[in-house]
Amino acid sequence: MAIPKIVGIETEFGIMVRGTADWNPVSASSLLINAYVGSDIGGLDDRSGPVAWDFIDEMPGADARDLLAPEFAMPPEVETHLVNAVLTNGARYYVDHAHPELSTPECRDALSVVLYDRAAELILIESMQAAADALPDGQEIVIYKDNSDRKGNAYGCHENYLIDRNLPFGQIIAAATTHFVSRQVYTGSGKVGSELPGLTRRDIPFQLTQRAEHFEEEVGLETTLKRPIVNTRDEPHADSQKYRRLHVIAGDANMSQTATLLKVGTSAIVFAMLEDGANERQVLLDEPVQAMHAVSHDMSLAKPLTLTDGSTMTAIEIQWDLLAQAQSWADRFGLESVGEECGKVVLERWEQTLHALETDPDQLAGTVDWVAKKRVIEGFMDRHDCDWEDPRLRALDLQYHDLRPSKSLAARAGLEQIVSEAEAQRAIAEPPNDTRAYFRGRCLQKFADSIVAANWDSIVFDVGDDPLRRVPMLEPGRGTVDHVGTILDECESVHELLDRLGA
Amino acid sequence: MAEREQIRKNAPKPQEDAVEEEAPTSSESGEALKAELDDLLDEIDDVLETNAEDFVKSYIQKGGQ
Repeated sequence: MAIPKIVGIETEFGIMVRGTADWNPVSASSLLINAYVGSDIGGLDDRSGPVAWDFIDEMPGADARDLLAPEFAMPPEVETHLVNAVLTNGARYYVDHAHPELSTPECRDALSVVLYDRAAELILIESMQAAADALPDGQEIVIYKDNSDRKGNAYGCHENYLIDRNLPFGQIIAAATTHFVSRQVYTGSGKVGSELPGLTRRDIPFQLTQRAEHFEEEVGLETTLKRPIVNTRDEPHADSQKYRRLHVIAGDANMSQTATLLKVGTSAIVFAMLEDGANERQVLLDEPVQAMHAVSHDMSLAKPLTLTDGSTMTAIEIQWDLLAQAQSWADRFGLESVGEECGKVVLERWEQTLHALETDPDQLAGTVDWVAKKRVIEGFMDRHDCDWEDPRLRALDLQYHDLRPSKSLAARAGLEQIVSEAEAQRAIAEPPNDTRAYFRGRCLQKFADSIVAANWDSIVFDVGDDPLRRVPMLEPGRGTVDHVGTILDECESVHELLDRLGA
Repeated sequence: MAEREQIRKNAPKPQEDAVEEEAPTSSESGEALKAELDDLLDEIDDVLETNAEDFVKSYIQKGGQ
């Protein structure tokens, strides 16, 4: 039986300081986050309290392939000295390398991810406004939700899926590779030109994704060099006997909420199907890395991809095949593992999207980012009578991802909203109530003064005279409103809370 | 390959009558989108960063995952 597909996404944002040539991204990211955490925008005095991130369980070097890991693999480093805050909605907001990064709280389904991803955008927008007060006149921090500076440097929007430890990793690799390569037809955020050496604007005027060209390997541990389509980081942040956290680095950050819904929702279904043993067949690509680039570069959406058996399929055909398997899986096993209502919506939108991609992709201008972006750019080219080499197109491309309401092109492109702004505003401060993020968020709201540190799978309380007490949270599906809502409502002190939890 | 073709063709498509019912909605949303695009293009010269070329050149992001 498939386990609940608890999911979350972590987004590294692009950052720039305007109005000065003398700035560095680490300081700017720190200033941005500190300005937010220390601000009282929205009537909250204290968003994260004094609570710091607890690094005790961070092991980004652990490899899911165990002893098979190549000796020279480069695990990402954990930077413990940079700004790191835990928010009352259960999210983590921090400086990662040279970027501000926000990890959503653990979410029970893809619709919840869409809500917390929009809340993340609002948090970054408020952060820019808060930072403006701390900067000299004429300077401004600008945040972009994109994945590439279009000069060869990429940064990620990573997805995380809770997976049953009993599922053999080899099966995950096979299914994930095929899905990640072919889903690009609706998950891509679009990019003007190419970043690969030797390809000019004439060769590639526009492509489907930001990220595809930055992938060089099929499977591996790296995230900053020689990026692999399937990342093997084995850091479950949960009971490692029972769970795996599949860390997915192969996707674009999306401005379209529908694209985020599909990116996360279809992937959750693919992994739930595997756990149920319900995938009826496995399409295997002969050259996955080459195929990943080819799909991104192919505006006709019709390029045949060679499979290991020598036959060919297009990315859309592979997606139709996956959808047909998913529909038959849903009939047999139900959608509980991916969230009943959410699963239905995802299956419907998946089908509508593939149908439109096949018949008239322009219909997707309100839901698929690359279509929306291309439409704005082509409209501009018509009005200004310019071609793909015009330098302003790269500015349009970048500004599509600008989070400033006054400059964002995505905000003006007519993208369909799945979650209301009121719900998203609420989700800035309130955790989801159906994962362990509820316990983390509520504890921070109520007892921030007594919390020394927190991370994904524990909270450390300072109860005065006693030694510090760590409350483990190794079950991502426990600590929900159903489990601990009443206790959290009733407890007046941390002592009482810990007593009642039996901690 | 024949089997795969079959799968693809069998993959459910919107039913005929459903398509007819949805048609007005989709053309309405198409028109709304077109109006949005026209508005956007009307104001784009104001919204677009000045010195677009320099602006794009100065956007360099190192150290990402």
